[in-house]
Amino acid sequence: MLSESELQVLQEKANLIRQDIIRMLAIAGSGHTAGPLGMADIFALLYFHTLKHNPRDPFWEGRDRLVLSNGHICPVQYATMARSGYFDVAELSTLRKFGSRLQGHPHREFLPGIETSSGPLGSGLSQALGMALSTRMDGENTHKFIYCCMGDGELNEGQVWEAALCAGKEKCNNLIGIIDRNDIQIDGHTQDVMPMDSLKKKWRSFKWHVQEVDGHNFQEVDNAIELAKSINDKPSMIIAITVPGKGVSEIEKDYKWHGKPPSKEEAERFLEELQHNFDFLKS
Amino acid sequence: MINKNLKLNTKLFDKDVEQIALRNGFGDGLLEVAKTNENIVGLCADLLESTRMHLFAREFPNRFIEVGITEQHMASCAAGLATMGKVPFISSYAMFNPGRNWEQIRTTVCYNNVPVKIVGSHAGISVGPDGGTHQAIEDIAIMRVVPNIEVIVPCDALEAHKATIAIAESGKPSYLRLAREKTPIVTTKETPFEIGKAQILYESNNPDVAIIAIGPMVHQALLSAKILEDQGVGTMVINSATVKPLDEETILKVAKRVKGVITAETHQVAGGLGGAVAELLSQKLPTKMAFVGVQDKFGQSGTGAELMKQYGLDVVDIVNSAQKIVG
Repeated sequence: MLSESELQVLQEKANLIRQDIIRMLAIAGSGHTAGPLGMADIFALLYFHTLKHNPRDPFWEGRDRLVLSNGHICPVQYATMARSGYFDVAELSTLRKFGSRLQGHPHREFLPGIETSSGPLGSGLSQALGMALSTRMDGENTHKFIYCCMGDGELNEGQVWEAALCAGKEKCNNLIGIIDRNDIQIDGHTQDVMPMDSLKKKWRSFKWHVQEVDGHNFQEVDNAIELAKSINDKPSMIIAITVPGKGVSEIEKDYKWHGKPPSKEEAERFLEELQHNFDFLKS
Repeated sequence: MINKNLKLNTKLFDKDVEQIALRNGFGDGLLEVAKTNENIVGLCADLLESTRMHLFAREFPNRFIEVGITEQHMASCAAGLATMGKVPFISSYAMFNPGRNWEQIRTTVCYNNVPVKIVGSHAGISVGPDGGTHQAIEDIAIMRVVPNIEVIVPCDALEAHKATIAIAESGKPSYLRLAREKTPIVTTKETPFEIGKAQILYESNNPDVAIIAIGPMVHQALLSAKILEDQGVGTMVINSATVKPLDEETILKVAKRVKGVITAETHQVAGGLGGAVAELLSQKLPTKMAFVGVQDKFGQSGTGAELMKQYGLDVVDIVNSAQKIVG
């Protein structure tokens, strides 16, 4: 169980991350907004509670691995990394700029702490599985966990299901996938673009342990991760139901915010709302 | 005459020259290097024996993953293993690996810059009866344009063996191109091999043309050299087993001494070895060139010999190209 104070910290961190996301996207003038905001709670939980990692030593061998498969939501990862001490928060303003370590889609060679370069969808789960298989070969799969965050639109990609098959076959117990089930992709609602019905059944039939949680409920997500870690004969998938654009009422649930940044004026309005909520949390 | 320093097969011009499939050299090379390098792992897409990875898989079952017919997944899964310090070899037919999984190789292997070893067997048109769908003749082009990767095309099974060991230790993404059919043995165990080094195998007293060849075309080039010499045309034959990084120094040195350069490969003439040599020479030493390879066509069913003739990959095609240059 997360304590009251832990919950309070996570909520504050998630709020600050959302503010960072709005700021950095407004400065960049391009990028994705809804997805990063929707995953801010889960990223806060991962970096401030779940992951075994050391921001001062990103290459520490004993760390868990986090693969971001849907690379376009990287602003949430950059902001969370900055807030947890990988680099200065001020660097977030370089997002997508020439010479920046914060590439439009994350590049492993540019920024320590990024495990894999990503952007082209569908390949993260395969890479995470490769990492899990490596830990198994080295006898480290009982204490080192490999997490893979994916989008729900991304599940259209055939490669995801190739990886799903392989992980199920190999019974990779330390592989934990998290699907951002926000029901939107670039061209519209996932239900209209390419329906992905019966997600739980799909993954179960591929021999995965499957849970569905409210992606904005820290306690629920944490419980699911802890349960996933204890499953020893299957990979685990956590389907996190999220609200795209969460935290900014104008963006929430509007798929048009999938792939565009806020203007300067919009950013001011959104930051005001987030700051108001932050002050409320503090009070 | 033959370059004695390279200790080539003394019987290479004989009618009954020993022939072994390139893939066999890979299979035993992988087994050998895996015994000393514990980081080597293998992944195969349901073509285990066909690609000769079964020798490794049998000896090291815990370091082998059968991924089924999932070439795209195989490439990325290997990339994940490589980020953890493993040296994964991934094998299938060249048509699917690197054909089917090109983007995964580009992004998750080469952009990530991790040492995954892509082994494409059954490349070229000599897969024969299987027909055009299975004849990978574009693979060198699609691999060579991607940054960070080295592209190796061995000329015989012994060189494939050495190349397998060399790429296992190179620390980079690599593409190793193999063929299914038996290929004449040109080299010996003693012949040196180094990534990035081309070798002058044959040299007439007064060379008029240089034939730069790769893979099974190296033997064809040597046979052509003999015929050309009888016709009064002096030649040099170069094995450019590393297509990328190209051995610019050797190729420029050779090109300076001849009237023209011929490239020979079992690949489309666009984008392969010929393209690579042309890119070099056109910039640094404009030289008359001829390209022996497949001329923008798909293959079809037939025996290896029938197809080599049909698609202009025969000894006679090299000879005619040389005559045109000197003529």
